[in-house]
Amino acid sequence: MASITFAALQHYWWFLVSVLGSALVFLLFVQGGQMLIYTLGKNETERSMLVNSLGRKWEFTFTTLVTFGGAFFASFPLFYSTSFGGAYWVWLIILLAFTVQAVSYEFRSKPSNVFGKKTFETLLFINGFLGTILLGIVVATLYNGAEFSLNTMNHVKWDNPARGLEAALNYHNLLLGFSVFFLSRVLALLYFRKTIENNEICNRIKKQLIINAVPFVLLFVSFVTILLLKTGYAIDPETKSIVFEKYKYLHNLIQMPLVAIMFIAGVLAVLWGIIATVVSDKYDNGIWFTGLGTFFAVLALLLIAGLNNTSFYPSITHPESSLTVYNASSSEYTLKTMAIVSLIIPFVFAYIVVAWRSINKRKITRSEIEDSNEHHY
Amino acid sequence: MMLLNVDPSLVDWSRAQFALTAMYHWIFVPVTLGILFIIAFMETIYVKTGDPEWKRTTKFWMKLFGINFAIGVATGIILEFEFGTNWSNYSWFVGDIFGAPLAIEGIMAFFMESTFIAVMFFGWNKVSKKFHLASTWLTAIGANLSALWILVANGWMQFPTGMYFNPDTARNEMVNFWDVFLSPVAVNKFLHTITSGYIVASLFVIGISSYFLLRGRESLLAKRSIIIASVFGLISSIAIILTGHGSAVQVAEKQPMKLAAMEGLYKGGTNAELMGFGIITPGKQAFDGKNDYVVKFGFKGMLSYLIAFNKDHYVPGVEDLINGVPEKGILPAQERIDKGKIAVSSLKAYKIAKKNGNTAEARKMLALFNENYKHFGYGFLDKPTDIIPNVQLVFYSFHAMVLLGTFFVFVFLAFFWFSFRNTIEKFRFRKLLYYIALLCIPLSFIASEAGWVVVEVGRQPWVVQDYMPVSAAVTDISSSSVQLTFFIFAVVFTALLIAEVSIMTRQIKIGPTKQEK
Repeated sequence: MASITFAALQHYWWFLVSVLGSALVFLLFVQGGQMLIYTLGKNETERSMLVNSLGRKWEFTFTTLVTFGGAFFASFPLFYSTSFGGAYWVWLIILLAFTVQAVSYEFRSKPSNVFGKKTFETLLFINGFLGTILLGIVVATLYNGAEFSLNTMNHVKWDNPARGLEAALNYHNLLLGFSVFFLSRVLALLYFRKTIENNEICNRIKKQLIINAVPFVLLFVSFVTILLLKTGYAIDPETKSIVFEKYKYLHNLIQMPLVAIMFIAGVLAVLWGIIATVVSDKYDNGIWFTGLGTFFAVLALLLIAGLNNTSFYPSITHPESSLTVYNASSSEYTLKTMAIVSLIIPFVFAYIVVAWRSINKRKITRSEIEDSNEHHY
Repeated sequence: MMLLNVDPSLVDWSRAQFALTAMYHWIFVPVTLGILFIIAFMETIYVKTGDPEWKRTTKFWMKLFGINFAIGVATGIILEFEFGTNWSNYSWFVGDIFGAPLAIEGIMAFFMESTFIAVMFFGWNKVSKKFHLASTWLTAIGANLSALWILVANGWMQFPTGMYFNPDTARNEMVNFWDVFLSPVAVNKFLHTITSGYIVASLFVIGISSYFLLRGRESLLAKRSIIIASVFGLISSIAIILTGHGSAVQVAEKQPMKLAAMEGLYKGGTNAELMGFGIITPGKQAFDGKNDYVVKFGFKGMLSYLIAFNKDHYVPGVEDLINGVPEKGILPAQERIDKGKIAVSSLKAYKIAKKNGNTAEARKMLALFNENYKHFGYGFLDKPTDIIPNVQLVFYSFHAMVLLGTFFVFVFLAFFWFSFRNTIEKFRFRKLLYYIALLCIPLSFIASEAGWVVVEVGRQPWVVQDYMPVSAAVTDISSSSVQLTFFIFAVVFTALLIAEVSIMTRQIKIGPTKQEK
């Protein structure tokens, strides 16, 4: 009886970590937007409008990333110690890319900022570029695995001297990396469409939307097709040992129809938001469709990575060291304690919505940006 | 099995990198923790009185807070992930306990802070006055809650409790959340640390206000700010003395070697002396027979008295802790190392026996392991003197913190006295007072960093007291990789610090906005 409860908790926590991960991908619109400041803004005021529109949201993305890390640590500490310690360089580059972001909004337009506005705008670009691609690549290793082994003390030994950077040499990982890159830009365009009132910017958004949505769709479809045809690292339910299973992820979708429905609905919503914005001049709610769609599609992809007896972090070199929700999780007591804590998440979500709406009630206009009594970035 | 032959330079560079990140992080966090409450008090008065000058005052400090906040966040994310990247063996060994507070911190505190901070900055003309005020308070509470959880995690490393070691997963597992959360070390640490932040923030506000008074500008704003900050600083000073005492009592009980280092006490005894200040004999090592101090000014018996309210209380010194004092229940360090090695090898034997299906042997080895587990960390040490931290660094940091903290009480009292009677601008030596206040800004940063040096250097070589030394905690990676990231971080953090100081000084010179509607 106890073991059933423990397994349920392990699955519940994989679900929660996946929810945070999916929210994070949606919130990467901030990173996408940071890459478009010069593409969409042709003068100082326009660029300031764009930066300020993102500046009200960057902390959500940042906080979600930090919480994602904390929740992963608390629920699956073996992933934390294996991946962070093992794939050292790729994680540290991601961290650095986020470190330079945090100050850039606040410092960008302040006088005496030593390095100049351009530098901080460049840092925002770097954060967008590296942050999205590398996070995509890292997430792809949940399917494609990494080169490591664990000893009897569960200490990681990384088998590749590139310490995580080797993941960027796998074309399937790259496909997801660039899908996330273009997706973040698409989401950003839709977010700007919703929050900024300026005709010139809106016209540029439309053009850019097509330029970014087409490669996104092509890359994403290729990634998913290859994923579904892939042989996966499955867990033998009897022995709990790792076995190879052809079409593992396709099987996961078929065997978990709710997840499949979630995936399809998510993808359709993503497309709907994009298309509706492109064809209409007035429509500005694309971000909600594409955003929610992103959330559900990514959630489905993360669920098939770890549920249904699937290894969520396979070891290519030592398959027996592969991480699963069973062998990588915290103890039953900790998962149970944390499950109680997780009950406050809906409450947190509710106040985020209230605060978000109160700030976004009115669109950002030229006059607000030019008012010196307002707080600006 | 574990990393028994770790490259010592890897351990040093990993420690250096963590210390670098933590110390940069701690430049910014104390002001954030305290100034948010000061801002919240000011805004409360504004909402109650409707006086636009209070709004202007609130917004001025909020602007300075914003500059400071971002960089604290930037360094904070690195700290969180460094547990995994650089201390991955640690992350597994205690992740079952240590991860929970970090996750709760994110869910409970960071979201609260980051959600309401946006309302606080951008909501002035978008939400009602009361909603805005509530957002300011919630930002302050959120920031302090995040301090709570990370300090609970730190407290647990100093005094591991509420867990047992599971030999099959090879890690410690939590058995009682409340023991971890409400551990006396964690509670004291939290209160002592946040109140130190309130003091740093109060001195920051008083110092900058003094600058305005020196320049003859913004007199009303400056005097009002000083009243609030000096009251807040005084109350916090009382709290910090009490919690500082509480922390020292905890250290005496749970980390006697740290206490010995804090006091530079090589040979302990009853009627132990409390050092007011002193200079340790340069190059002093345990057992070298040299005098402990070149110069000293101490209070005989005071240390014993403060710890147990009894001057006959026995306080062990560094050498006693190495040699052992059997009648006081202190084992010689060598004996603990021997027992630790038994724990390490019996765990290994247990795992092999279990794998081979030899149940009887496995049971025997497990019993042997459990008997010696409380010495487990010692099994990774080479020699008894490995348990001695850098005594001089800990001693001087501790005394710098205490002396500065005492000095700050007088600064707060002076400012409180004059601002309460509104006579500061008539005081004969006011300029001197203003300059002292300005000087207190850097001094408060030094005192606050010194506190962390005491806590973290003082507990060396332990990552988890008695259970895991730094050498067993570190990620298996080349020392040169860590060296490289150390220098990258050093350059990035320093560049950001330079920009922040430059922006901050400029904003202070510009001062508050001209008028407020």
